[in-house]
Amino acid sequence: MGEADLRALVPRVLSVLVRRGADFATAEDAVQEALIRALSRWDTDPPHDPEGWLVTVAWRAFLDLARSESTRRDREVRIGGEPPTGSASGVDDTLHLYFLCAHPELSPSSAVALTLRAVGGLTTRQIAEAYLVPEATMAQRISRAKRTVARSGLDRPGDVQTVMRVLYLVFNEGYSGQVDLAAEAIRLTRQLAGFVDAPEVDGLLALMLLHHARRPSRTRPDGGIVPLAEQDRTRWETELVAEGVAILQRALVRDRLGEYQAQAAIAALHADAPRFADTDWVQIVEWYDELLGFADTAITRLNRAVAVGHADGGPAGLAALAEVPEGTPRRTAVAAHLHERCGDLELAARLYAVAASEATSLAERDHQTRQAARVNQMLAEIDPS
Amino acid sequence: MAKYLFLKHYRGAPTPENDTPMDQWTPEEFTAHVQFMSDFADRLEASGEFVDGQALAPDGLWVRYDGPGRPPVTDGPFAETKDLIAGWMIVDVDSQQRAIELAGELSAAPGAGGEPIHEWLEVRPFLTAPPTITD
Repeated sequence: MGEADLRALVPRVLSVLVRRGADFATAEDAVQEALIRALSRWDTDPPHDPEGWLVTVAWRAFLDLARSESTRRDREVRIGGEPPTGSASGVDDTLHLYFLCAHPELSPSSAVALTLRAVGGLTTRQIAEAYLVPEATMAQRISRAKRTVARSGLDRPGDVQTVMRVLYLVFNEGYSGQVDLAAEAIRLTRQLAGFVDAPEVDGLLALMLLHHARRPSRTRPDGGIVPLAEQDRTRWETELVAEGVAILQRALVRDRLGEYQAQAAIAALHADAPRFADTDWVQIVEWYDELLGFADTAITRLNRAVAVGHADGGPAGLAALAEVPEGTPRRTAVAAHLHERCGDLELAARLYAVAASEATSLAERDHQTRQAARVNQMLAEIDPS
Repeated sequence: MAKYLFLKHYRGAPTPENDTPMDQWTPEEFTAHVQFMSDFADRLEASGEFVDGQALAPDGLWVRYDGPGRPPVTDGPFAETKDLIAGWMIVDVDSQQRAIELAGELSAAPGAGGEPIHEWLEVRPFLTAPPTITD
């Protein structure tokens, strides 16, 4: 049994414990203990019934935790007998866990951490490594999150909207440690799409698949960014593209459009172009207009300005950029690009250098510095003085 | 083993020999520089001496406490700040000599014309925990 299969069991095991009367916070700790034991033992000694093994070990861990807690705090803990492993409604239970972990009172970072542990079955160490924080810090973040959920009432969990926002955040984080967060976000979104009948969830899944398909071509060997225009499209994963497009089409025909479907449609149009020059920018601008109807954000307007620049030329793009507030991240970089399209190389080179100093990631800074260097070289070739 | 901090400065370090700003390099020169930095960190990781490396944005604020019940006072960023940290690398090495050797290698990163930039790096030892045996 692979680690992904093992992780898929985690929310079910947690649900079993909660159904037996365990409180959510302690049960979640107990399942984590069982998971860590499974990870260290199953390689050499795999059980015949993995789910049963996890339930038994987690339940024992829960009893130990609950007893030590009741001794310490001298309070009654409800410990029932051991009812049989009911499998009443695994789907509803897991879905409830998603909603609980995306509780609206949780901060985004807490909701993300709790979702990855309780629903995703990742260990605290893996989550800490993925977010580059010490394990003790992540452990505290998770237990604080559980206290918030317990205090705010288990009966008022989040909804599909808050869950989708959490999964979107996880996907966007990419991967830095041993855990591939983008792949994990896709797994959890795929599972969610199987539980709920909502075109937007399908739209989110399609969006993730379509972006994930481009991943092999998106970074240079040294970690630098390869812009869409320069990506080697033969390295895009065609199976993921096909799946993403199929899911999106099924969602779109149901005529309940939302922001994730609109974003996925834009990604699908990019995926559909064999070469960058073949991109259907006019349709992409139309989808950005749709997207503005759902989420009129500065970032959406900024991306729309780029598309307008391609569809109608640099000056039209600059006119669209004028509507984007100053201080929007990457605004200067887009301005540099549009001025370059207009042929004003000197201004473009200066703006690329400013964009580098304003960059919020090292990869982005390197990319903008490289752009400045490229345009400065073009200028030097025109006028070598 | 002892930990040392290598500090890179946007401003405040003595001017290096090869001081052409990055955006005036050719794209190939810039790529070579990025590759050098990435190879350097990989090499230290392989030798078991790398601890951490981070880059900082040039913008920042000064913040201070302003009394009970009041929000903190913020000020800046100050364009004229003399000393501006650009980033750091932390190494865990056997001796000060080794720390100096490594900082010297890092300072030889290629810049304009493919020549070493000779950048000045600030090398600072970490204060350590007290030893167990003191007598």
